[in-house]
Amino acid sequence: MKDLMARVAEARRSGDPDALVALIPYARLLGISFSEAGGALEFRLAFREGNVGNPHLPALHGGVIGAFMENAAVLHLLWTQQASRVPKVVDFSIDYLRPGRPETLCAACDVRRQGRRVANVAVQAWQLDEAGERREVASARCHFLLADPEAESAGI
Amino acid sequence: MVADEDSDARLAIARRFFETIPHSAVLGMEPVAVGERTLTARVPYRESMVGNPVTGVIHGGVITTLVDQTSGGAVIAALNATRAVATLDLRIDYMRPAVPGEAVYAHAECYKLTEQIAFARCSVYQPGVDDPIAMSMSTFMRVADDGPTLVEGVA
Repeated sequence: MKDLMARVAEARRSGDPDALVALIPYARLLGISFSEAGGALEFRLAFREGNVGNPHLPALHGGVIGAFMENAAVLHLLWTQQASRVPKVVDFSIDYLRPGRPETLCAACDVRRQGRRVANVAVQAWQLDEAGERREVASARCHFLLADPEAESAGI
Repeated sequence: MVADEDSDARLAIARRFFETIPHSAVLGMEPVAVGERTLTARVPYRESMVGNPVTGVIHGGVITTLVDQTSGGAVIAALNATRAVATLDLRIDYMRPAVPGEAVYAHAECYKLTEQIAFARCSVYQPGVDDPIAMSMSTFMRVADDGPTLVEGVA
């Protein structure tokens, strides 16, 4: 798949988030989707038995929550930025606030800073309570490399 | 040897712990060695875990899951209990991409236990390659002794 970034650009042009998710096997395995409304992107992790970490509570696997949030950050950058390649994660830090209940988990990203080479992205994940209020599940922060050094020196 | 019997028993408990976790079964994660406060686990390479289809490198999120579960498992080994623990926070530094097509290993150690908190560190690597793939630090909250057991019938 040599024309990956061309396919990313095509998904963006045609406004088709599913086509973007389909390019990343692990995002498909988890069951991630996203949509754009009012200029903001909202990511969703549909509940699947396979995403459970503690079957007794039951609760979503902490690793799955982290993986979903990291995926959300990558998809957010691919959808909103002119990245020259798939963003490469440098570090990822997550605070767990509540157990993830066996239902849809939502997330939104905030690109706090984007330079030519690196981006700092904050990600919040939440579920809705009975009253429809957001109940924060986890908060994460990550850095991504956006370009290869060669691309940088070539002025791309 | 008694020491070997102990480690075999710990490994058997760790296997049952991993088997009860649905997502760990989805990824094919399995423990390979358990010490008094350490756990080593592996995850096989599968196409469905890929993060970048051009390079075939597995997704950082798979590493996150491996690290979370291996670190939590090391804490449970240190507690010598089968009670659940809850991750408070976890940080991972990714030093190099995993070599595609090969299993990834994680080795975690619970290096400090207090009455309520457990501290763990974890390195992620592939055999035969000196450079680690990732390093992680994490903290866990111990749960009450009357909390849910991880493996039915063991505690």
